[in-house]
Amino acid sequence: MAKPKIATASLAGCFGCHMSILDIDERILKLIELVDFDKSPINDFKEFTGRCAIGLIEGGCANEDNVHVLRDFRKHCDILISVGDCAINGDIPALRNNIPLKECLEEAYLNGPSVYNPEKTIPNDKELPLCLDRVYPCHEVVKIDYFLPGCPANAEIIWQALVALLTNKPLELPYEMIKYD
Amino acid sequence: MSDQITFTIDGVEVKAKPGQTIMQAADEAGIYIPRLCYLPELTAHGSCRVCTVIVNGKPQTACTQPVAEGMIVENDTPELLEHRRNLVDMLFVEGNHLCMFCERSGNCELQAMAYRLGILAPKYPYFYPDKPLDSTHKDIFLELNRCILCGRCVNASADIDGKGVFGFVGRSIDKKIAVNSDKNLGDTNMAVTDKAASVCPVGSINKKGTAFKIPYGQRLYDQKPIGSDIENKK
Repeated sequence: MAKPKIATASLAGCFGCHMSILDIDERILKLIELVDFDKSPINDFKEFTGRCAIGLIEGGCANEDNVHVLRDFRKHCDILISVGDCAINGDIPALRNNIPLKECLEEAYLNGPSVYNPEKTIPNDKELPLCLDRVYPCHEVVKIDYFLPGCPANAEIIWQALVALLTNKPLELPYEMIKYD
Repeated sequence: MSDQITFTIDGVEVKAKPGQTIMQAADEAGIYIPRLCYLPELTAHGSCRVCTVIVNGKPQTACTQPVAEGMIVENDTPELLEHRRNLVDMLFVEGNHLCMFCERSGNCELQAMAYRLGILAPKYPYFYPDKPLDSTHKDIFLELNRCILCGRCVNASADIDGKGVFGFVGRSIDKKIAVNSDKNLGDTNMAVTDKAASVCPVGSINKKGTAFKIPYGQRLYDQKPIGSDIENKK
């Protein structure tokens, strides 16, 4: 029987939660026995090759590309997990959420104290994904099945969750493992 | 009149003195009733509703309800757990509670309550409100993004410090903490030694220069859930 597949993506995150996935250390060898990696920055697969059992999402949705990727994951994954605080509440990227987008862009490209921009343009190439009006937690865009908090979500909680799901056992997280920081 | 009252919490017999609240009797008996606004040294006002228990079939706040002979109190039930989770969820989405860079993380009662209640993510949509940070005082800063309107600072400043530095203004969703000056906290007579400076359950009132002193793993609620100290009395 073919091994179940896992896919991962980093949206508006810092890749810290992906570092946490690598932080399971030598257990990654055990993980490879349990699963195959599909679309993921870990193997650099850009597109899905088929249906996946689990999708791990790091980061919230800050632009239209994030939304596109997230919806693609929802379409291809049986179980979708928000990993880390950015996916769950937007976190640092969401600090812009109570400032109008126009003001953010003007501060970044026109008015900021260290900005050098003689043409006075805000990048608007059509290849660039459009910024959303604010940063959205993943579960406000698609249905998310499970949440693993933390900044980053620590390796242990990711490992325990994956093993429980892949071996069809209930997930019991000890108190010390649930952290929002 | 007898000088001892007997009642039950979740079927366990508890002895109390007349005039005590359910919360005081439970604390002495080693039974933890979750709470956010209650502090033993301040006047209880039942504002956060997290300590709601069912008394003879009716919801009451344990911090304000006096004990009575034979009363039947329910505390640790699936319904009350759900009620408390909903309250804490709402507090999280109404403010900007970004634990990852908060000075109080690990020592925060709101965060610890969410851990204890097993909340992995709030179920309501986030508000992302626009709230100010007041760092005008030389020793203290006031970060309203994290305020849960528990009222501890209001009570402590008025009743213990005798200053009345803090007060509530506005109603409902617009309700907020204000300081008693024309401008900012720096223009009040608040001192870092005031009781009001050390009662905040979250990272709203902070003493400058004290952040991140305790390493991750050794903070107040890193290993043991909030309320363990009370439960260990049993």
